[in-house]
Amino acid sequence: MSLQNFHAIASIYKFELHRFRRTWLTGLLVPVITTTLYFVVFGGAIGSRMTEVDGIAYGAFIVPGLIMMSMLTESIFNASFGIYMPKYSGTIYELLSAPISATETVIAYVGAAATKSLMVGTIIFLTAHLFVDIHVAHPFAMAGFMILIAISFCLFGFILGIWAQGFEQLQVIPLLVVTPLTFLGGAFYSVHMLADPWRTMTLFNPIVYLISGFRWTFFGRGDVGIEYSLAFVAAMLILCIAIIGWMFRTGYRLKK
Amino acid sequence: MASIIEIKGLTKRYASGFEALKGVDLNIEEGEIFALLGPNGAGKTTMISIICGIARASGGSVTVAGHDIVRDYRGARTAIGLVPQELHTDQFEQVIDTVRLSRGLFGLPRNDAYVEKILRDLSLWDKRNNRIIELSGGMKRRVMIAKALSHEPRVLFLDEPTAGVDVELRRDMWKLIGELRQTGVTIILTTHYIEEAEEMADRVGVINKGALMLVEEKTALMKKLGKKTLTVVLADPMKAVPAELAEWHVTLHADGHEMEYIFDTQAERTGVSSLLRKLGDLGIGYKDLNTKQSSLEDIFVSLVHQEKAV
Ligand SMILES: Nc1ncnc2c1ncn2[C@@H]1O[C@H](COP(=O)(O)OP(=O)(O)O)[C@@H](O)[C@H]1O
Ligand SMILES: [Mg+2]
Repeated sequence: MSLQNFHAIASIYKFELHRFRRTWLTGLLVPVITTTLYFVVFGGAIGSRMTEVDGIAYGAFIVPGLIMMSMLTESIFNASFGIYMPKYSGTIYELLSAPISATETVIAYVGAAATKSLMVGTIIFLTAHLFVDIHVAHPFAMAGFMILIAISFCLFGFILGIWAQGFEQLQVIPLLVVTPLTFLGGAFYSVHMLADPWRTMTLFNPIVYLISGFRWTFFGRGDVGIEYSLAFVAAMLILCIAIIGWMFRTGYRLKK
Repeated sequence: MASIIEIKGLTKRYASGFEALKGVDLNIEEGEIFALLGPNGAGKTTMISIICGIARASGGSVTVAGHDIVRDYRGARTAIGLVPQELHTDQFEQVIDTVRLSRGLFGLPRNDAYVEKILRDLSLWDKRNNRIIELSGGMKRRVMIAKALSHEPRVLFLDEPTAGVDVELRRDMWKLIGELRQTGVTIILTTHYIEEAEEMADRVGVINKGALMLVEEKTALMKKLGKKTLTVVLADPMKAVPAELAEWHVTLHADGHEMEYIFDTQAERTGVSSLLRKLGDLGIGYKDLNTKQSSLEDIFVSLVHQEKAV
C-alpha cells in the first residue's frame, strides 16, 4: 500500500468521469428506458398475474434484482473499458511512466467506474418509484450494499480489462457469464419458487447471494441469510484485490 | 557536471527469449543533449522504456537524479518526461484536458498559466479545445511533447522525435530542443539519422544489437563517421586484390567486377588520387567511378571491425 500522489488519483478520477460525461445522455437514458421496459413486461404483463412473491408485491419484488443486474454489468463494463482503452490505444505508457503506485491507480480507476455504476443504480431506483411503491426497510444497509457491490464488481472489471487482449474478450464475461447468472440468480423470482433439483443448483450461482442480500436490505428478508451475502461480497473483494496485487507485482499484461 | 542518469550493466531479455540489451553502461550528464544513434531494432526504445518504467529490466540498475528506478520509482519518474516513438493519444479528449491530466499524474497541482505557456510554445494554444482526433499527425506529436513537459521534468526523453514528421515540424523540434536546453533540461533523443545527431547533440552514443559501441563528443565522432566509399567499376573482373594495393585495404565485390575503397573525407590525404594513380601504373582499367557517404550500416560494420582490431 503506497498512498501519496493524491493529485494523480484526483486527475484520473476526474478524467474518467469526464469520459463518462461525454456520453451522459445515453449513459443515463439507457438505464431509465431499460427499467421502464422491465416494468412494462415483468411488472405489468406478468406481474398482474403473479401479484405477490414472498408476501411482496411483484412490481416491488423485482426492483432490487433490476438494480443489481444493471449495476453488475455497468461496473464490469466501465471498469474494464477504463483500463483496457489506454492499453488498446497505447496511452497506458503515461500511466506506467508516472510516479503513481498500484494502489493509487486502482483507487482512481475503480473509484470512477464505481461512481458511475452507483449513479446508474440510483437512477434505476428513482425510475422504479414512478411505477411502484417501495418502502426500503434498511436504507443505510441498502446504500452500503450498493457501494460494496459497485466496488467489488469494478475491481472484477479492472482485472478483466488488464487480462483482455481484444474487445471480444472484454465483452464475453459480462454478456455470457454475468448476465445469464443474474437472470438465473433470482432477479425476477424467488429461489423458493423453484422445485429441486433447480433450487439446490441455483445455490451454486454466486449472484443469488448478491440479489438475495440486496433484497434483504429492501424487504428485511431474502432467499438466503444476509450473513451469507456479506460473506460472499467480502470474499469477492479480497480475491479481486489479491489478483490485482499480483498483476501489478508481476507486470502481468501491463509491462513488457 | 554531475551525472543525472547512471546506467549500470543494464540487460533486457524479452519473454520471447530475445536479448534486446546486453549489458549497457552509460552516464548522462545534467544539462546535455545526448543522442542515442542506432539502426532499427538496436534496443533504443527498449532502453528508454526501462528507464521510464514501461518495461522491466532483466538485470543491472539505473538511477535518475539519484533515485533508483525500481526502489524509488516516484523520485526517478517525477524527474522524467517521455515522448514515446509511437503516437499514442486520447483521441476523443480535448488537448488541454490531456495536458492537465499529465501534470496531475505526475503529482503536481493544477497550474493553468504554466500549461498555457507550454501550449503557446508548441503552437497548440489555438487548438487547446480541439479534440485530439481532429489534429494532424504533427500536431498530435506536439500534444505528446506538451504532455511530457507538463510536469516540468529535469530530463526529457524523445524517442525518434523526427521520424516521419514534415520538414517544418522537424525544424520546430530542433528549435524547441535548443530552447529547452537553455532552461537546463537534460535531453536524450534517439534517432537513426546521423545528421540529426550531428545537428543537435553534445554527445552521441552508438548502439547496435543491444550493445553500446561507443560514446563520444559529437565533434570527435563526426570525424570518425565522415567516411565515404569509392567504388571502382573494373574493366576486367579480378580474382584477388593485387599485393600492390594492400596499403589501401580495398575489397572486391560483385564477383570481382567492383573494387571498394573506404576513405576519410576529413583526412589531409584521402588516398583517392594515389589509388587511382596506382591502378593506372598496374594497368588496371576501370569503366566507372562513384563515391557515396557511408550509410549508418557501413559505419557500424567499420566500427565493429575497429573494435575487433583493438
Ligand atoms: N515486446 C517485445 N518482445 C520481444 N522482442 C521485442 C519486443 N519489443 C522489442 N523487441 C525486439 O527488441 C529489439 C530492440 O527493439 P527496440 O528497442 O524497439 O529497437 P529500436 O528502438 O532501437 O528500434 C528488436 O529486435 C525488437 O524486435
Ligand atoms: Mg525505437
